Amino acid sequence: MARKVTSRHVWMSTAAAWLFGFLIFLPILWMFLASFKSELDAFAMPPKFLFFHWTTENYATVQQRSDYVHHALNSIIIAGGSTLIAMLIAVPAAWSMAFSPTKRTKDVLLWMLSTKMMPPVGVLVPIYLVYRDFGLLDSRAGLVLILCLGNLPIVIWMLFTYFKEIPKDILEAARMDGATIGRELVYVLTPMAIPGLASTLLLNFILAWNEAFWTLNLSTLEAAPLTVFIASYSSPEGLFWAKLSAASTLAIAPIIILGWFTQRQLVRGLTFGAVK
Amino acid sequence: MKHALGALLGAVTLLGSAPSIAQTALTIATVNNGDMIRMQALTNEFTAKNPDITVKWVTLEENVLRQRVTTDIATKGGQFDVLTIGTYEVPIWAKKNWLIPLDNLGSDYDTADLLPRIRDAVSVSGKLYAAPFYGESSMTMYRTDLFQKAGLTMPEKPTWDFVIDAAKKLTDKSAGVYGICLRGKAGWGENMAFLTAMSNSFGARWFDEKWQPQFDKPEWKTTLSTYVDLMKAAGPPGASSNGFNENLALFNSGKCAMWIDATVAASFVTNPKDSKVADNVGFAFAPNAGLGKNANWLWAWNLAIPAGSRKVDAAEKFIAWATSKDYTKLVASKEGWSNVPPGTRTSLYQNPDYLKVAPFAKLTLASIDAADPNNPTVKQVPYVGVQYAAIPEFQGIGTTVGQQFSAALSGSSTVDAALAAAQSAAEREMKRAGYIK
Repeated sequence: MARKVTSRHVWMSTAAAWLFGFLIFLPILWMFLASFKSELDAFAMPPKFLFFHWTTENYATVQQRSDYVHHALNSIIIAGGSTLIAMLIAVPAAWSMAFSPTKRTKDVLLWMLSTKMMPPVGVLVPIYLVYRDFGLLDSRAGLVLILCLGNLPIVIWMLFTYFKEIPKDILEAARMDGATIGRELVYVLTPMAIPGLASTLLLNFILAWNEAFWTLNLSTLEAAPLTVFIASYSSPEGLFWAKLSAASTLAIAPIIILGWFTQRQLVRGLTFGAVK
Repeated sequence: MKHALGALLGAVTLLGSAPSIAQTALTIATVNNGDMIRMQALTNEFTAKNPDITVKWVTLEENVLRQRVTTDIATKGGQFDVLTIGTYEVPIWAKKNWLIPLDNLGSDYDTADLLPRIRDAVSVSGKLYAAPFYGESSMTMYRTDLFQKAGLTMPEKPTWDFVIDAAKKLTDKSAGVYGICLRGKAGWGENMAFLTAMSNSFGARWFDEKWQPQFDKPEWKTTLSTYVDLMKAAGPPGASSNGFNENLALFNSGKCAMWIDATVAASFVTNPKDSKVADNVGFAFAPNAGLGKNANWLWAWNLAIPAGSRKVDAAEKFIAWATSKDYTKLVASKEGWSNVPPGTRTSLYQNPDYLKVAPFAKLTLASIDAADPNNPTVKQVPYVGVQYAAIPEFQGIGTTVGQQFSAALSGSSTVDAALAAAQSAAEREMKRAGYIK
């Protein structure tokens, strides 16, 4: 028997959900507002919410001082490239572990995840030396490689979880109909796993876009993505919040737009398998 | 026809053999400070005079820059040709042979014109390993209008007793005005820069002659309890998260009667564009406790060449240009004398145009002169540095101690507990590093 839901209950839940959503969104809103303030207003105490002198001066300064397009293009190439390569490696890996598991599969999965348990700074110097010797410092290829390797365990884990949800019987039926492994992957598995693939792709892209340790440490100028662009606006001596907010707003704008347009796939993918 | 062909061939040969101007691209790493950004904007003036050199800038946040540059220089990665580093790094890196000595800055560079304290701070065994771009000490900035209203007169060299008494009298919490704003944010370059300088004035020291940490000595207890009591009575709320920028914003918006911090802040607080109290700011020395040492520090941002650079000549040319007397004149002609990088050259402090627009100039110079990195406190010390000890381990120890002291300020720890924790952390690290047994 369905529970009776009163309209008061619905209103309260809706209000709570909106409030919660607003709280999560507040830092981004605050950053957006701060980007239109003067440096003194951005630091004002008590904080000024809407009633301040609005100015686009910070955006003009940022445009004048930095090459936004160069950094944004690097971010797209690095995040996109690392995500695509990670997917190419992770799909077959997750497929084999989900549909042909061995007694070591669980250990392999855990071992892969263990690489994420170490703080990256622990391997900074060895990686830096390897990159120096292979001429990969400040190169897009170098950043694509490191971000791809860094995110690979998460991508494999996510795909493995999604693939596990797909009934094996369907694949067996395809095999009985004479499908090869390739056809099975392309025509049977992929359509069923599209929500999972899409969300993995998007999430990995966002992770790579926001990655700030390796991108800051292994790039200098040519390959420097938007994380370096943001880092250049923090100042030890001098007010910088408004300019930093303008730079950050510009840096996250593309990824917010992407997330906005793909939120259906993102939510579907992230809740995929939740209803068994 | 034959002649014409011959002439043409000759011309082509000549053209081919003509020496082409090889471009040297310099990569310069720097922090995002006003003076550095101004230098970036003026780079064209340098490249116009040196058409064979192009300049590319990498601007990073101070801590990111430090990590990035340290990794590159330690591994000889060769990503940078000119580095912006502090006076803390210069002696340590020079001793490790990570920096190239600046021997060819040119005959007109006038090294003797560099302020002696600053020149010493960037020299090792008499050799210049970095060229100072701008230098600073610390001093007391105060609101003349509030002092006048309260019937107080700030002495040129205030004592801590006077500062404490004035801070309490000037605090008006209902009006949102606090007697004093001081750094509280944890970090070796944040609260520990201030507290180490303050401790010098009370006769405390980081280590004794045998590198034994000294936080269990009464001088440190006096320093920390004075600081915590003063901030509790007359400091702004949430002071344990305030660094230079937070205090600058508080002072500029009229919420602090006094602020003891970097001399470079003087130009910010007197700039009417950013400061609501620009017309009512006075300057005095950093306070003392009658022991012969003021609580002021010494710092400079400097340009240096890493040992991994393959473009040393061009890099040295750039450094000579950016830290020269002519560069100061160039900034003055484009942006006015109040915007020239301060604290590096004696000639600037003899320039009447500069002295006219910078009422704080003489005090800045006197404060820089008063800070002696080789003799920072009352007793003898084995280290160099006023608000730091120039040893590689200091960054880690300084930040750990800073966290303890910040906790004492926020009330999550006590003065005694913070000092005990600082002592044991410092002893542990110094043992590990082999300074003590």
